[in-house]
Amino acid sequence: MDEKLIESLSPNERKILPYLKENIDEICRQSKLDKTSVLRALEYLENKKLITLSKERKKTVELGVNGALYRKKELPERRLLNLLNEKRILKLDEAQRQSGLSTEEFKASIGALKKKALIEIKNEKLVLTGSGDEISRKTLEELFIEMLPMEYHLLSPEQLYSLKSLEKRKDIVQIREEELISINITKLGEEIIKSNRGVGDLIEGVTPKLLERESAWRGKKFRRYDVTSPLPSINGGKRHFVNQATDYMRKIWTQMGFQEMSGDIMQSSFWVFDALFTAQDHPVREMQDTFFINKKVELSDRKIVKAVKEAHEKGIGGSKGWGYEWSEEEAKKLVLRTHTTALSAHTLANLDKKNIPAKFFAVGKCFRNETVDWSHGFEFNQTEGIVVAPNLNFRNLLGYLQEFFRKMGFEKVRFRPSYFAYTEPSVEIDVWHPEKKIWFELGGAGILRPEVVIPLFGENITVLAWGPGDRTVMDYYGIKNYREMYENNLNKLRKIKFWTK
Amino acid sequence: MANISINKKLFEKEIGKLDEKMQNKVAMFGTTVESVSDTDFEINVNPNRPDLLSYQGFKRSFLSFLGKQKGLKEYKVNKPEKDYSVIIDSSVKNIRPYTACAIVRGLKFDDEKIKEIIDVQEKLHFTVGRKRKKLAIGIYPLEKIKLPITFKALEPDKIKFIPLESDREMSGLQILQRHPTGREYAHLLAGKSKFPIFVDAENNVLSMPPIINSQKTGKITEETTDVFVECSGFDFSVLQKCLNMIVTILADMGGKIYQMELKEGGKKKITPDLTPEKMKLNIQNANSLLGLNLNEKQVKEFIEKMGHNYNKGIVEIPSWRTDMLHEVDLIEDIAIAYGYENFIPEIPEISTVGKESGKEIIKRKIAEILTGLNILETSSYHLTSKSDQFKKMSMPEENAVEIEASKTDYTILRKDLSHYLMKILSENVDSEYPQKIFETGKVFSNYKETESLALAVAPANFTEVRQILEYLSRMLNVEIKITEPESKIPNYFIEGRTAEIFLMNGLREDKKEKSIGFLGEIHPKILKNWKIKMPVSLFEISLEEIFRKLE
Repeated sequence: MDEKLIESLSPNERKILPYLKENIDEICRQSKLDKTSVLRALEYLENKKLITLSKERKKTVELGVNGALYRKKELPERRLLNLLNEKRILKLDEAQRQSGLSTEEFKASIGALKKKALIEIKNEKLVLTGSGDEISRKTLEELFIEMLPMEYHLLSPEQLYSLKSLEKRKDIVQIREEELISINITKLGEEIIKSNRGVGDLIEGVTPKLLERESAWRGKKFRRYDVTSPLPSINGGKRHFVNQATDYMRKIWTQMGFQEMSGDIMQSSFWVFDALFTAQDHPVREMQDTFFINKKVELSDRKIVKAVKEAHEKGIGGSKGWGYEWSEEEAKKLVLRTHTTALSAHTLANLDKKNIPAKFFAVGKCFRNETVDWSHGFEFNQTEGIVVAPNLNFRNLLGYLQEFFRKMGFEKVRFRPSYFAYTEPSVEIDVWHPEKKIWFELGGAGILRPEVVIPLFGENITVLAWGPGDRTVMDYYGIKNYREMYENNLNKLRKIKFWTK
Repeated sequence: MANISINKKLFEKEIGKLDEKMQNKVAMFGTTVESVSDTDFEINVNPNRPDLLSYQGFKRSFLSFLGKQKGLKEYKVNKPEKDYSVIIDSSVKNIRPYTACAIVRGLKFDDEKIKEIIDVQEKLHFTVGRKRKKLAIGIYPLEKIKLPITFKALEPDKIKFIPLESDREMSGLQILQRHPTGREYAHLLAGKSKFPIFVDAENNVLSMPPIINSQKTGKITEETTDVFVECSGFDFSVLQKCLNMIVTILADMGGKIYQMELKEGGKKKITPDLTPEKMKLNIQNANSLLGLNLNEKQVKEFIEKMGHNYNKGIVEIPSWRTDMLHEVDLIEDIAIAYGYENFIPEIPEISTVGKESGKEIIKRKIAEILTGLNILETSSYHLTSKSDQFKKMSMPEENAVEIEASKTDYTILRKDLSHYLMKILSENVDSEYPQKIFETGKVFSNYKETESLALAVAPANFTEVRQILEYLSRMLNVEIKITEPESKIPNYFIEGRTAEIFLMNGLREDKKEKSIGFLGEIHPKILKNWKIKMPVSLFEISLEEIFRKLE
């Protein structure tokens, strides 16, 4: 005998156990439980394989509100017929008044009687035409109403016909559908029912009251739970998944000894482009590509402005420059930063030579004038790192990149030549996606050009710089559509997994 | 960035089999293979290498990279023959001051080659030419032209010719108004009293740069063997480079390059000039920047692989390369030739102390406190729409930072986070309640940006949200005061159910408390605007003073 099974029965389940051979209503009566509780308890018993439930849908034809009334008072057409049987001929309005029928009932009665050829209408008068026998015989509808309620599947063709004609009239008949549940007790069930009697009271729950007296629980058993039954899920508060990822990047950077840079999203073109040796006629500096704000800001650091102008116009530190006339007005235009490298430019400009070597990083939003589609939008996160020290080299740059992407979870990294206006040599970073089996472009890097470093820092020094975008985040969360990154669908935010690196 | 398409068969015949190894080589040359079809493949060309924007240009450089050619490719440049000259009239001076010209003879054009020439012309217009603003290129069948040629500017209505892809003669102005290409580039001549044209010795118009060529004298066909090439624009050195790219492509197709004489007033110039540019290269600089230990022989080998010549510390750079501004550009070429895949990554031993931004630490603490109360963090765009920011919140359009030419409805920077939280609640009415959300981030007003925190709960009344704010201030150990509003409350709150929030004893000299935001119940008219059927309470506070206090 399965004792554990018995102990797992809830009080309600145990209450109905003795009456399982009865129908549901009887079980409710005997166990003094409401129907919902009984049905739920039956379901649990079925889960525990004590019973099987067979469900059957049953359709019953019943009298409606008017139908019940007519059974008592006779159908309106019978009442009209009785009146006519007496008077033979009656004016229409007279007939309605004397019969006491509502207009609706009166119309329906005339229709029904005419159909059976019991009356005629002549000159606004009702005339009885049926024979005595026909008049006294009960109609199919009357017979049918007397029979109700009836199970739908037992109806004869005549009864179905009557049902159809009565259904057209208001509330005379109605069809009720219900689910009939029959209980079959399994062999296990029979055994449990038998032995149930032997089980004493089980403790339902540990309550403050129970704990008042030791005798209430000592030596007693607790009702067993079904510890495996499925439950509704709960949700907790959590950080936005993108912020979880950027926080992780912060952790990587600080572990590697980098200091965080922060700064404005609105920047002058000077810091976003000019200081980074991006020529003033470069396509990125058009409204098509970059968000401009209709405002100009003064460039305060005259020494740096002068050096940047020189770098662009005729070159600096052995460079030929771009060879055009640099416009300060163009550099004053306010834009939304297109990369966090603008922060690196500020940092280099403020860096004291005493504080070298130095390493800095930034994580932040950047902007491009784009529409939003599945692969990109007008805002994206970039993370940026720079290392400033004398005698750094290209291999050191690749070393940092490899380590950073390893920590982001990409074991296989590929470097290939690329181009950025402000770095030379420049490199594009691809990582190997082991599931998709493709190289996957993650962002650019390089050694800052002397034309960038000299005006900002005052002399040439190697500055390693890199700035991958947020594709790593999309990939980690398996997000295929960029729009999902910032759509703030609460259902999805509640369900999305934590960043567990 | 621009892509070019290369015929696979041609590539395999002239360069090598396009297997995975070769595709990797192409990527390691700096021109990634973007896509491969049965007949063609596309490569991506970086903007610093416009000389690779044609198959001929790519082939020339890539064969060197593979070691199948060596050093700077020499082209024979023939001296100008009789009448091989272009007279530059002073009328172009303030309109389109420069041109660089050449003649190439002995060509055999076929469909493929004509396509390549038109293609590279368009790509150069788009890249180096900055969509024809800086420079435009014309190539003409010499058999239709009587030399010498004149470059001059005329009033638009005096210019008359049949433009390409048309069957009627049009005036200069009509071309800008009616011809599709004319309309596309009309802005480049807008406001000019005279338009530039090239005419031949019989006064036939060849073209009206940078707009369009003549149908009669400006279209190359398979019968064409000799061509006149011109580049016109505003920067003579760029024009020369561009001309060099075109004539070397034509020479690679089998043509012979002839110089032309450019006569301007009394002065004479000869183009094209394919003399290589010289630049010094210090091997020590290269080794220290790359972290390698190359000897001169190796450096010479790598430099030559990239299509340059090397001789005792001097590099001769091809006259069609535009990207050599500094020694570091040569050093990058050495790195490419050495092979990026061959560098051994190495983290240097530099000891520095890591440090996070204080603001970020505080923002994280705030997030930890609020998520501990079962509140979800959201993340919204910094850009927003005027409708969401103002109309739906019933706020006046004031002090917004507008961005120009946005391609979406998002045309301003967000002024607050509150309207975004309302938008999120509005978009999630089918999601389970209660909904508790918060967000931190930048808000923008009057060209200034500040950090802000907003929090909203639905359904909730004033009390619940006030409890959250008070819990937060206790946990951060910053003292706040919640008072009857002293300044005008935002229109979206219910009057009488809104409080103003003050930070006590901010680190200000006068020790006075400072208003940092409002907390209140959202008015039903705002809930209606957002189609929210639940009561919402919300607060938003500026974090700047709190940062100052905690940092």
